[in-house]
Amino acid sequence: MIWQLDLIILTLVVLSAIGAVAVKDLLGSAILFGAYSFMMCLLWAIMGAVDVAFTEASVGAGVSTVFFVAAVFRTTRRTKD
Amino acid sequence: MKILGLIAVMLTGSLLLYATGDFPAWSDPASPAHRHVSPHYIEHSLHETAVPNIVTAVLADYRGFDTMFETTVIFCAGVVCFFLLRRPKRSPHREWQYRHVATGITVRVKDPGKKPPALKEFERIDTLWTPHDLIIETACRILIPFIQLFALYVIAHGHHSPGGGFQGGVILGASVILLAISHDLRTALARMSEEIHAVLCSVGVLIYAGAGALCMVLGFNFLDYGALAHILHVDPVTARSHGILIVEIGVGLAVMATMVWIYSNISSKGNYDEGL
Repeated sequence: MIWQLDLIILTLVVLSAIGAVAVKDLLGSAILFGAYSFMMCLLWAIMGAVDVAFTEASVGAGVSTVFFVAAVFRTTRRTKD
Repeated sequence: MKILGLIAVMLTGSLLLYATGDFPAWSDPASPAHRHVSPHYIEHSLHETAVPNIVTAVLADYRGFDTMFETTVIFCAGVVCFFLLRRPKRSPHREWQYRHVATGITVRVKDPGKKPPALKEFERIDTLWTPHDLIIETACRILIPFIQLFALYVIAHGHHSPGGGFQGGVILGASVILLAISHDLRTALARMSEEIHAVLCSVGVLIYAGAGALCMVLGFNFLDYGALAHILHVDPVTARSHGILIVEIGVGLAVMATMVWIYSNISSKGNYDEGL
């Protein structure tokens, strides 16, 4: 476990999580959420939980981002609040 | 209201952070979780189930009941999406858009009453999403078979390496979704129709529960795959390994069908006509 790499990824996780909530554009929010999932996947892989990392990469970063983009495509791109 | 919400989130977050101080240190061998069941799994799972990947052995054999209901949750998600979004009546069209295949010219037909005849030279395109890119279509067409092959490898090789039914099923579903994105939803539905989604979704859960029920019929516990030894003509330990493969295939089928089902319901607003 390289702690510098760990620290960088953890910072990126927090940044993308805050960004996904704060951004007004819902498409950008969906993409930031995908980035968050990918960073979590890297964290799982660093900790040695390869099966969980694999699930996170395929479900979190892959398919759920597609679902969000499809939902944004069918609704609105701007948030009301 | 916003400030109240922020305060509540901050309080809960700080409580959670405070509570993590009581956790045992990371990978501490003396922590309770590593004292009772983990040594048994690490020492005995290989000669009890003949599966080198301990995660798969725990997921599908020791905790098989848990995984069965996870599959049921995914099945429920697909069914709920269907009942919420699916509209039985197709919305009346005001216009159709066609693309001339040879030249790429877009033709718009404005006739609300009449549906245009199906011509080979013209292919129907979505009114909302018109750009057409030959490079994307061709690249995805070349890529999709390899993605599906990799998904089958992930399902079948879950005994020896990371992977299994959930991951393989998601990748298999993603390949169909990629076809829908790169061409259009009708192309994907022509290859895998809505009825197949619904049937495969239930068949996957049925394979899992059926494998468990079969063990019960043969006089063993529910999901005790050692019972399959007489049917498969192998020793009980290898039968456990085969039983795990059977339920992983069930999980893969259910997850694949559910992913495509949810996607086609969301992206077409439930009328299965014009999608992303």
